[in-house]
Amino acid sequence: MKLEITDLWKKFGANVVCKGIDLAVNEGEMVCLIGASGSGKSTLLRCINLLEPVDDGRILLDGLEITDPEQDPQPIRQRIGMVFQSYNLFPHMTALENVLLAPRRITGRSRAELRPMAEALFERFNLADRMTHYPDQMSGGQQQRVAIIRALAMKPEVMLFDEVTSALDPELVGEVLDVLRALKAEGMTMILATHEMGFAREVADKVCFLDAGRILEEGPPEQLFERPREARTAEFLSRVL
Amino acid sequence: MGAPDRQAAPAGAGAAGREFGPSRRELRERRERRRSLLIAAVSTALTIAAIVILVPMTPGWERVQKAFFNEGVFLKTFPKLLDAFWLDVAMFLWCAPLIALWGLVLALMRDARSPALYPLKLFAILYSDLFRGVPVILVIYLIGFGIPGLGLPRPWNSPYIWGTVALVLSYSAYVAEVYRAGIESIHESQRAAAVSLGLSHGDVMRFVVLPQAIRRVIPAAMNNLISLQKDVALVSFIGPVEIFRQAGVYKSLYANFTPYVGAALIFLVVTVPATRAVDRMIARQQRRQS
Repeated sequence: MKLEITDLWKKFGANVVCKGIDLAVNEGEMVCLIGASGSGKSTLLRCINLLEPVDDGRILLDGLEITDPEQDPQPIRQRIGMVFQSYNLFPHMTALENVLLAPRRITGRSRAELRPMAEALFERFNLADRMTHYPDQMSGGQQQRVAIIRALAMKPEVMLFDEVTSALDPELVGEVLDVLRALKAEGMTMILATHEMGFAREVADKVCFLDAGRILEEGPPEQLFERPREARTAEFLSRVL
Repeated sequence: MGAPDRQAAPAGAGAAGREFGPSRRELRERRERRRSLLIAAVSTALTIAAIVILVPMTPGWERVQKAFFNEGVFLKTFPKLLDAFWLDVAMFLWCAPLIALWGLVLALMRDARSPALYPLKLFAILYSDLFRGVPVILVIYLIGFGIPGLGLPRPWNSPYIWGTVALVLSYSAYVAEVYRAGIESIHESQRAAAVSLGLSHGDVMRFVVLPQAIRRVIPAAMNNLISLQKDVALVSFIGPVEIFRQAGVYKSLYANFTPYVGAALIFLVVTVPATRAVDRMIARQQRRQS
């Protein structure tokens, strides 16, 4: 088991956002979280990356309890990459600088040493000609792919994607989804919060339907999309499909 | 694939095929503009005429003219005032970078999160209350007379040092607030992205938040610099003979206020272009952000 979440609770003030979530993710698996806005998908991802402290429950990464309050969060975050809906590139840096910042600071190696690694990533995702561009000189799809490269440059073991295509113009969604397909093909362990039902159905190993802070139903995409067991799942799917 | 061609053809033909004169709305706006220009010109001319005609009719005008706008005194004192102004410029030039630096240090102290650094945070909070709550001139008096009063040896009893230290202490408190506003204006998502990469809090601040925050607050900080340019004159109260003091000396010598008018003119020559430049910077930044 790569990632194991048991009985995760998270609240913001009086608002309980995650109400006892259990989720297991195997090595190389792609898990898609679907559900209405506010159902807790993003919060769950932020908890996994320790951007939000959990109120109760445990998250285990390779058997190591990362929610242990004694655990230093920084090395854990280095093992878990995260990509956001609004890209969140650093606007004052070129694409290459965005990608190199964390590896430079964390490994202590120089730009020159790290550059080949970064260049290889840019080339792989057909962005070699955008390396010296600033975020505002790129399309949304290009920015989001740079954000993915930036996370990959830390050689993470798990990648979290928080509605990474939701802010994109429809014609740019495809290029980002292609990147996700490529990552899946090479065995990256991934968790996606997504509204791209077609993509989830095509690529996911497991789909989880979140409703009001709980995983109401989970299963392989064929089953969950074709024969949902829960009435709420069926109702949600009928609204979005 | 045929769609772009289809669209391009009529657009090209349209532009070539018809000449556009001014629209009815444009014509109307032109008429309105001409009318407002005329009104503005007439009312300005009337106001100036009233001042030029009426003010000299006041009973004290001749005395005021002699006391404040005396050509002979002006010509005699102006070059010396200009010389004295260089001291203001020099004090400004060594205060400004110190304020920028110390203000930043204060802003970072105030932002400290670790409990071990709490004393620094508390210090920064009290500092800001203290120096923003006391008039600059009082700080200059207290420090400028107080510290040399400790009996320090030369050159450490110099009013140049302690006068400018007082300015740095006061202005840093304001500039620190400007920095803080900049730091807070950086969206949480930028921090989240940096933290999610595994960067330390210090690195997030240094490489992601501060570079963006400082760029954002430069115009606002410039406004502080412009008032500093004027406030260096306050240091004269504890001794240094800069332009304001020099003007005072000439006032006594010639029993005439014209040197003050000369000093004011010299300040204006510097501060008006600076203010305009900063206003343009702010406007440009607002355009970029919207």
